[in-house]
Amino acid sequence: MKIVVCAKCVPDGRARLDPDTGRLDRSGAMEVNRFDLYAVEEALRIKEGPGAEVVVVTVGPEPAAEALRTPLALGADRAVLVRDDLAVGSDLLGTARLLAAAVQRERADLVLFGQQTSDGGGAVLWSAVAEMLQVPWVSQVTALELTGGGIRVTRQTEVGDDDVEAPLPAAVAVTDAINELRYASLKGKMAAGKKPLEVVGVADLGLEASAVGDAGARTEVLGMTPPPERSGGVRVEDADAAPGAVVDFLVARGLA
Amino acid sequence: MKVLVFLEHRGGAVDRGALGVLAKAVALGADVDGVLVGGPAVSALAPVAGRHGAAVVHVAEGDAFEPPLPRPRVDILAQLVRAGGYDTVALSNSVLAADVAGALAARLDAGLNWDLVDVVVRGGALVGSRPALADSVLVEVGWRSAPRLALFRTGAFEPVETGGAGEVRAVTLEADRGGDALRVVGQHAARDDEGPPLESADVVVTAGMGLGGPEHLVLAEELAAVLGGVVGATRAVVYAGWAPHAAQIGQTGKTVAPRLYVALGVSGAVQHKVGMQRAQTVVAVNSDPRAPIFEVSDLAVVADVHTVVPRVVELLRARAGS
Repeated sequence: MKIVVCAKCVPDGRARLDPDTGRLDRSGAMEVNRFDLYAVEEALRIKEGPGAEVVVVTVGPEPAAEALRTPLALGADRAVLVRDDLAVGSDLLGTARLLAAAVQRERADLVLFGQQTSDGGGAVLWSAVAEMLQVPWVSQVTALELTGGGIRVTRQTEVGDDDVEAPLPAAVAVTDAINELRYASLKGKMAAGKKPLEVVGVADLGLEASAVGDAGARTEVLGMTPPPERSGGVRVEDADAAPGAVVDFLVARGLA
Repeated sequence: MKVLVFLEHRGGAVDRGALGVLAKAVALGADVDGVLVGGPAVSALAPVAGRHGAAVVHVAEGDAFEPPLPRPRVDILAQLVRAGGYDTVALSNSVLAADVAGALAARLDAGLNWDLVDVVVRGGALVGSRPALADSVLVEVGWRSAPRLALFRTGAFEPVETGGAGEVRAVTLEADRGGDALRVVGQHAARDDEGPPLESADVVVTAGMGLGGPEHLVLAEELAAVLGGVVGATRAVVYAGWAPHAAQIGQTGKTVAPRLYVALGVSGAVQHKVGMQRAQTVVAVNSDPRAPIFEVSDLAVVADVHTVVPRVVELLRARAGS
């Protein structure tokens, strides 16, 4: 059994937009998106139970390589960084093509995603990747178990939970409710430096340059504007005065 | 411009968000059709879509479409776009709609912009706006080719009745793609029998992780009681087991539009804000001065909830008693 976790590396700390391009500034140090660590954790639990090889795949710039040491320290076996100047400026479809090609190359039985990114990614990536791979996919998953040759998951929706079964290979996007994250041990951190971390390019994945990056993008960023302020927002920072200020505010608006 | 709107439905009603997207498409001056995909009774919802602006309501109904799974919906939408000359597909966000949108983009090799809060026609081109960085900026986005896919933030637009009739057209899948490999083997409705209804509440007091523990939920309960309101919770609070799922406000919970919304120890993640952005007045108490909830607050109180809230309750009780 081979599990590929598709992780996104994001700028560590607070995300920044490049004011010139309107895209995320990815030049600084990076870390694995926290929500993707739940996917890593779920893969590690399968590895430690029934057994599996766990490979973490990401698309990103050079600093993402260092960020990939975190899932390796946690227990993943290998990591693959798709890094190529041709991939810069990829939109959803370009990113999905890169990930789908990297997953295909690994012949994964199970592809895991985290549910959200902390830097503005939508919940639309995994279904695009799954469609390209022609595998079934389930999102918002809060529980996952292996059955004979397939999986059984719980999907949380707006109106409740669905129990869903799928054959393998399949793609699953997990939420942060699925497990509790572990911390890397000192031994794990030391081992991470020796684990294989492969850097591949667009050509290695058998993709045309025109399919990815700015050339392959079907959407574009046109500009940025500050959002309309909520009019008349009042700020109170004095803790002693705050209770009175709240009550006065409510009374003035006829709310108390 | 010819727009196809994905009409999601739950519990025998078309999603309000989808009706809102219909209204937006009509307001842009586009030719607007809708598509309903569902079990054997789904065609009964077509008149509602017609009344809200869909000139044609495509209906794909049958047992195969009953489970709320994305792939059969992608099949139907792709077929309609290819045959019907639609240059734009618009969806209101949900768990299902996001899954449909991503796969449809891959299937049609179409550009997808998501989390849009508005869209305008500028110089003949469609321009969307998407909040970024905890909603601190609006990014303007465009499409380089048709068909264009637009996934809107839940509740971005209010539904508007146009009084149209909506011509119903039955759709069947032309090519059997082998069905969906997924099977829904069980469904459990979220428990809605706990506590008074949030959606219709005049005042909502929401508990966030900033309360520090389930024992502090009493702060939200006491404030709600004195304001005549109902207690809500963030997703994190529900996942931590401090509050039932029925209390959850946000993306995978409820959408509320009360007269007064009080957020206690709520950071204000985008996924939460989509559930409360239509509140008339927002008061937030959080010790983190950079909490995104303050960006949508009419009164932002940067202080510890544990010291401020008991005193507010005391003052309000004294007022009520006097």
